[in-house]
Amino acid sequence: MNEEHKHPSVDVYLRVAAALVILTVLEVGVFYVPAFHPVLVPVLLVLSAAKFALVVMFYMHLKADSKLFTFLFGAPLLLAVGVMVALLFLFLGALTLKGAGAAGAG
Amino acid sequence: MTHAATGHHTSMGLDSRKMAFWAFIGSECLLFGSLISTYLVYKGKSVVGPYPHEILNIPFTSVSTFDLLMSSLMMVLALAAVQRGDMRWGKVWLFSTALLGLVFLGGQVIEFSEFMHKGLTMSTNLFGCTFFVLTGTHGAHVAVGVLWLLTLWVRALQGKLGPANAMTVEITGLYWHFVDVVWIIIFTVVYLIQ
Repeated sequence: MNEEHKHPSVDVYLRVAAALVILTVLEVGVFYVPAFHPVLVPVLLVLSAAKFALVVMFYMHLKADSKLFTFLFGAPLLLAVGVMVALLFLFLGALTLKGAGAAGAG
Repeated sequence: MTHAATGHHTSMGLDSRKMAFWAFIGSECLLFGSLISTYLVYKGKSVVGPYPHEILNIPFTSVSTFDLLMSSLMMVLALAAVQRGDMRWGKVWLFSTALLGLVFLGGQVIEFSEFMHKGLTMSTNLFGCTFFVLTGTHGAHVAVGVLWLLTLWVRALQGKLGPANAMTVEITGLYWHFVDVVWIIIFTVVYLIQ
């Protein structure tokens, strides 16, 4: 298996770079436009995820490389995101054990 | 030497160094995941200033972000040049990548100095502690990447890097792009979502 032959062309690399620059400009633009502030967090997360995916798929070649590499990267990434979400729920009080204080007092 | 030129392949036909490096990057996901989680958990919990909105300089960091994104482009151009045996441009792109990495590090030094001048250190508040640990760890990774790239560049100047060693350049690129994607997340989570 010759993996080098599956790598994108220089033209694709340049197009991805252009997309990354546009997405970054959009991110900063959205940050400064007050009209976007109610939806700032979801919009920024989507733009950031798009940039992340572009770099990983084309510059790190996961789109064309073996699926095993995708697993080796994706599994710990999912685990990290899961731990992050769980910690946020726990520490920011989104999951509150209602009545725990009363039970503890009793 | 023969092994270096032909590569070490697993029974699946994949390069074993590349597979090991992807496993390493997976472990790095967990490291940065824990640091970003810690930052988010303590976000808004500081009882004394300076607070993020008072101190973070978005235009300055946007330029640093652009710089790191362009360094990723230089890195893939270096890989493409080495793969086709064009070592003249391979050396140019490798050095450009390292140079942009150094510019990013210079920006981080300026930013940290400015924050310290304004009274934000690791022991000032929870924001200072989690911010410096997260961005400092990322900066240390960039510094390692710059040293790695300069080592490759010197090897290229000595004529010891060519298409036969393209996998070495590709693995260096994997590390560099990972550092870039971590910054993509940090820029959004720390700087833009205040």
